[in-house]
Amino acid sequence: MDIHEYQAKQRFVAAGIPVPPGKIATTPDEAHAIATEFGGAVMVKAQVHSGGRGKAGGVKYAPDAAAAREHAQNILGMDIKGLTVEKVLVTPAEDIASEAYVGVLVDRKSQAATFMVSAEGGMDIEEVAATQPEAIRRLTVDPRYGLLPHQAFWLANFLYDDPGHIKQASKVIGQLYESFVDSGASMTEINPLITTPDGAVKAIDAKMSIDDNELFRRPEVAEMRDTSAEPTAEIQAREAGLSYVKLDGDVGCCVNGAGLAMATMDLVKYYGGEPANFLDIGGSSNPDKVVSALEIITSDPNVKVILFNIFGGITRCDDVANGIVEATNRIDIGVPIVIRLTGTNEALALEILEKAGFSAYTSMDDVVEKAVQLAKGED
Amino acid sequence: MSIFIDSDTRLVVQGITGRDGSFHTRQMMEYGTQVVAGVTPGKGGQTFEGPNGVAVPIFNSMDEAVAETEANTSVVYVPPAFAANAILEAADSGVDLVVAITEGVPVLDMARAHAFARDRGVRILGPNCPGLISPGKSKVGILPAQIVAEGPIGVVSRSGTLTYEAVFQLTSVGLGQTTCVGIGGDPLIGTNFIDCLEAFEADPETTAIVMIGEIGGTDEQEAAEYVKAKLSKPVVGFIAGQTAPPGRRMGHAGAIISGSAGTAEEKMKAFQDNGIAVASRPADIVGLIQDALA
Repeated sequence: MDIHEYQAKQRFVAAGIPVPPGKIATTPDEAHAIATEFGGAVMVKAQVHSGGRGKAGGVKYAPDAAAAREHAQNILGMDIKGLTVEKVLVTPAEDIASEAYVGVLVDRKSQAATFMVSAEGGMDIEEVAATQPEAIRRLTVDPRYGLLPHQAFWLANFLYDDPGHIKQASKVIGQLYESFVDSGASMTEINPLITTPDGAVKAIDAKMSIDDNELFRRPEVAEMRDTSAEPTAEIQAREAGLSYVKLDGDVGCCVNGAGLAMATMDLVKYYGGEPANFLDIGGSSNPDKVVSALEIITSDPNVKVILFNIFGGITRCDDVANGIVEATNRIDIGVPIVIRLTGTNEALALEILEKAGFSAYTSMDDVVEKAVQLAKGED
Repeated sequence: MSIFIDSDTRLVVQGITGRDGSFHTRQMMEYGTQVVAGVTPGKGGQTFEGPNGVAVPIFNSMDEAVAETEANTSVVYVPPAFAANAILEAADSGVDLVVAITEGVPVLDMARAHAFARDRGVRILGPNCPGLISPGKSKVGILPAQIVAEGPIGVVSRSGTLTYEAVFQLTSVGLGQTTCVGIGGDPLIGTNFIDCLEAFEADPETTAIVMIGEIGGTDEQEAAEYVKAKLSKPVVGFIAGQTAPPGRRMGHAGAIISGSAGTAEEKMKAFQDNGIAVASRPADIVGLIQDALA
């Protein structure tokens, strides 16, 4: 789960990291009022779950409150990579002497939290890693001990020469690790961590992604979820216990298992079609789940055909067949459904489906080819 | 032969009295797995009724279970909130292998558990995995037994049902398996492709290997280099997620293209560059294996 910059800053402040004050506006008038309250120049920053806000024109400098209102007017409602900006953060503009990058993420290779720091702040860290790897210092945190003070110092020492800066940055790095762990994050970064002309070190931007598996035990983080920043169908899917990702094609896919679901999408493409979604229905054959899945898939107006691909291992195919029949009796689908079931109790399942008037297949290739034909109107 | 589990595997089921734990314990026992103990804190002294009237003793702790039954392997069906603790307890109990089926374990909990297990020389498989099966010998986890057969192919995969699909097709044409291993869909897993490749290479009965990967991370790329450097046996590969968009998690916690890293394309290229025959769809796996063995 991604959280917004202003929410990540709340987590940082709770850990003691110096962050300039800021307030959220949802209208240009609110932005004006907040800028007036702060006095002086402010930044108006789109709060949206996407990188590249700055390039898209979602981050603007406003010398006064009138300019803040005008920028908020332009940014609110703006589309950034398919997401609509609903909120802006208004925060005093800081005088910047230098910019650094400090980030920590769960690294798959070392199987632990890993820091990356660079004096090349304000840039995309992937780009820095690709073009000048020597500009990044990395440190893997041993999960048995956590981040040790001398390690935080070693990282800070890479960023600054000034002892005052090093001391402040060491503290920030320690606090960032604390915030990372306490938030159940999988990634967090400060980009940039600035120094001001008067010698202070501050975090003026913040990013954080939360490990979904942590949410059950961190209600204060879970409630930061901004459902207005997510497609409705994905919210519905999560509530129904399904894993769903909307794509741009027209072949709706309903599959058990994430790997098989991806392989099914790939096979749709292989046969010249375009998948409309990723959907893992899981091991359940519960008709309620099948109904939810069908509702979610058909809420996408692009969908021209629905393709079921079920491998019955522990799941019994006849249970799934009954689920499909019951679900389609309960709701009107409006597009053709093609079904492939194989594995446990396959014959029984085919009988149930054929009796209900469905075409059922046992080969994955056959059913995908058929679905693509139907989507193209080539039946 | 087989890898990681065989007829000598003596299994403890952690979470044996839960819904999933009890169902799969019966399935494993019906397959012939020696389930010697169960652990559910607070239910020690009770017994679990397996198929054919076989009773399995239940203990309060892994320590007692191992001391009383000489178990050498455990399988974890404990809910996510308690799974990491169950894995730590197992790694401290004297078993050599801990198979963690549970999906949804917090990743920072697993970072600690993996470090703990490494210190003790204990192998973790998973979490968020279907387990493994050595046909005709033993099954630990949730893989459907009816789709496997004894034979010479080693199968290793990050997926569940996609693995079943591939194994089912192999079995349908008479290509049985030495062991089928599901290594799990999480970002931090205890046993990776290379561990399995190394074990299959050392297993005299395995003659060819199927490796099924997916988007996210670089395990497949590293495994491909390992194949070129160390393996004498042919490997056939498949990668799921060619149509997955970047930055979106595709069901598995670990199946995500971050930035430009971890795409299906780069993994397939790594396979090809290192002498692994790449199936462009699941149905092609069997043919490529047959070619490799011809």
